[in-house]
Amino acid sequence: MATKKVQLEIKRQASPDAPAVWEKFEIEWRPGLNVTSALMDIAANPVTADGHATTPVTYDSNCLEEICGSCAMRINGKARMACSSLVDNLEQPIRIEPLSKFPLVRDLQVDRSVLFENLKAVKAWVPIDGTYDLGSGPRLFPQQQEVNYPLSNCISCTCCMEVCPQFNEKTGFVGAATIAQVKLFNNHPTGKVLKEERLRALAGDGGVQECGFAQNCVEVCPKQIPLTNAISDVSRDVLAQKVKDLLRS
Amino acid sequence: MAAPRIIVVGGGLAGLAAVIKIAEAGGSVDLFSIVPVKRSHSVCAQGGINAAKNLKGEGDTTYKHFDDTVYGGDFLANQTPVKAMCEAAPGIIDLLDRMGVPFNRTPEGLLDFRRFGGTLYNRTAFAGATTGQQLLYALDEQVRRHESEGKVRKYEGWEFLSAIIDSTGHARGITAMDLRTMEVRAFPADAIIVATGGIGAIFGKSTNSVVCTGSAQSALFQQGAYYANGEFIQVHPTTMPGEDKLRLMSESARGEGGRVWVPRTPGDKRPAQQIPESERFYFLEEWYPKYGNLVPRDIATRAIHKVVYQDGLGIDGQPMVYLDVSHIDRAILDRKLEGILEIYEKFVGDDPREVPMKIFPGMHYTMGGLWVDFNQMTNIPGIFAAGECNYQYHGANRLGANSLMSCIFDGFVSGPNSLEYAKSLPPVQGDGGAAAELARQTELNNKLLKSKGTENPFKLWRELGELMTRHATVIRYNKGLKEADEKIVDLMERFKNVNLSDKSQWANTSFAFARQLQNMLELSRVVVQGALLRDESRGAHYKPDFPERNDEKFLKTTKASFTGDIAGPRFEYEDVDLQFIKPRPRRYDAAK
Repeated sequence: MATKKVQLEIKRQASPDAPAVWEKFEIEWRPGLNVTSALMDIAANPVTADGHATTPVTYDSNCLEEICGSCAMRINGKARMACSSLVDNLEQPIRIEPLSKFPLVRDLQVDRSVLFENLKAVKAWVPIDGTYDLGSGPRLFPQQQEVNYPLSNCISCTCCMEVCPQFNEKTGFVGAATIAQVKLFNNHPTGKVLKEERLRALAGDGGVQECGFAQNCVEVCPKQIPLTNAISDVSRDVLAQKVKDLLRS
Repeated sequence: MAAPRIIVVGGGLAGLAAVIKIAEAGGSVDLFSIVPVKRSHSVCAQGGINAAKNLKGEGDTTYKHFDDTVYGGDFLANQTPVKAMCEAAPGIIDLLDRMGVPFNRTPEGLLDFRRFGGTLYNRTAFAGATTGQQLLYALDEQVRRHESEGKVRKYEGWEFLSAIIDSTGHARGITAMDLRTMEVRAFPADAIIVATGGIGAIFGKSTNSVVCTGSAQSALFQQGAYYANGEFIQVHPTTMPGEDKLRLMSESARGEGGRVWVPRTPGDKRPAQQIPESERFYFLEEWYPKYGNLVPRDIATRAIHKVVYQDGLGIDGQPMVYLDVSHIDRAILDRKLEGILEIYEKFVGDDPREVPMKIFPGMHYTMGGLWVDFNQMTNIPGIFAAGECNYQYHGANRLGANSLMSCIFDGFVSGPNSLEYAKSLPPVQGDGGAAAELARQTELNNKLLKSKGTENPFKLWRELGELMTRHATVIRYNKGLKEADEKIVDLMERFKNVNLSDKSQWANTSFAFARQLQNMLELSRVVVQGALLRDESRGAHYKPDFPERNDEKFLKTTKASFTGDIAGPRFEYEDVDLQFIKPRPRRYDAAK
């Protein structure tokens, strides 16, 4: 019995300044196959569909259950996590490319450290006094936890930045993920002590006003984070902060 | 004197906890991680974190937590550190709460707690079913804050290769490889904390992440560190078998009332929902009436194996049983378990709120790890080990939701201890052995890159995984273990004939992987031979030919050391610290 095959086309680039080429692969179909398994198959047998020896594909992955945020790539034109992309739900040949908005490292691997820098810029943390025992934390009602928890689910995959028309070098826009974290920490009873600083960090160029409300971010987010809501809320707070700062000066 | 310089390897909960303590105390930290630390494997922990806060009026105490942990671990854990951890746990929960972890709350605004395996108390704090993610993020945020203040330098995308050890045997730094440029460099330090997590990769498929290869632990073992209790491997009762990994289905599903069952009739073809209650066999509830579905993991895993392989009752004759939460109110499921139910939905396609999940046990955790003293220091002076990579807290079986606590507690202990150690360290002579170690690592790399063989490292790895899973997980026979050890030696021989398929010096993943694989092979023998020598059954280590626990001979810590000889590691045994709780038979079918 002939085994069922899966056709893949993968954009390869050996280094940031090497030319990009597309390579075709054919692997054996199995039930439940996902894109990361397919990439592992290629590593175990790095040969293209037309029989040429090649190198294993370089890509980021770690948890393989869509919680670490590593394996974001463009699959059939859509930014998504490779681990939760099941082959049976994808049209073939499956075309796989790296994210396009971040510096390329090699093949499907890109450098997304800009997000972590953005999180530093907006002080995305609760400034506790220290780690010594100071007794229990602030009381928080379940209703409040239920607002914060979804925001805290952001896996830093950067899909929302990849699909945002405003996220580019010209605007320097921080992107939806960072803005949602600003909302999260401004909501926290202790975190909000830095609220004004965070809002000011988002008030200038590249801040929240760069958002063009394309709403691509909320559609693509693998964790269904209410990103556009967060952007609206933070926009309103940034505006209020601007007025307050103006009156103060 | 300049502030001590500490290197932390690994950016999961244990590593980050250590970094925070060192930065707070004024030390200077270099943090090394293969992946951006926010993507570390701790992110995968789901169900919760244990602390006897006693917020449910049950009369829970830290001593009961201590007793449950020691009993759950079948008395193999040294009791002093376990007791200290259980006593520190409530304070750590408070701290995490202050850091902003979105723990679930009671209507009054207090922390909510749920039940987990191996205890009769509601002792597990949780943030939905993504507790590990939320804890990791909280510590990551605090580290980012210290980083922005210049107290922490991160080396993300760097892989630890080895320790630099001077002529007096003291650690003086590490060598590490930049995974983009493939450059190997020596980094000096006064002390090193290794927090490199689990070893799932030696079993091929497990619930662990890709980076959990145990490579760092193995490298240190080969440099003279003891590896303790390597044979104790936890197989989690409820995972979803997949092509690339076994995805965890948290114990919290049972903590919230989930029930494990199979149809009473072998090969029953009806869909689960059409099988009436009277024709369902809730085997854990029948066999273990006191703890029911919340028996410890080793017990639940063996029960599932029995029902599938001995009784032939697997769903449709397959190695699968039902984990059923479909009787639980939807709103509760969404509030408390949404994260894990979504994973099931995404990867399997069924909605567990409607249809019982199909699950099977899978390799999950190593109770064994680098041997450390009660200050968390290995036998190599200046090298500390924290988190899953050491052997300290869980004995022969870890209780669910104890690992997040042990990781953070470990970081909090080893961080300050490393500073204390560094303060009294005599100054380094010359380069402390850095140049020699760098040369050794460069030589290893050149040899690998030049290897013109025919063996693909990823294929060798798949063979290793199948071998380890077959012989060294749930049920162990000496014959199989011997066979596994021989085959590992074969694989080591074939590894000499490896072909990297990629000889480039830029983001070369097969190169980095081949280095890990070499270390995995060495570590596999520690697991297999340790299991072979332990002729008893204790916790997760089960031999049908030796079904009883044998305290007289084996109530001892296994310590393996590297020989470089083809025969494999050398083994010795050390007495367990039993000063608080006297060993007693471990039974979960009745109250303990």
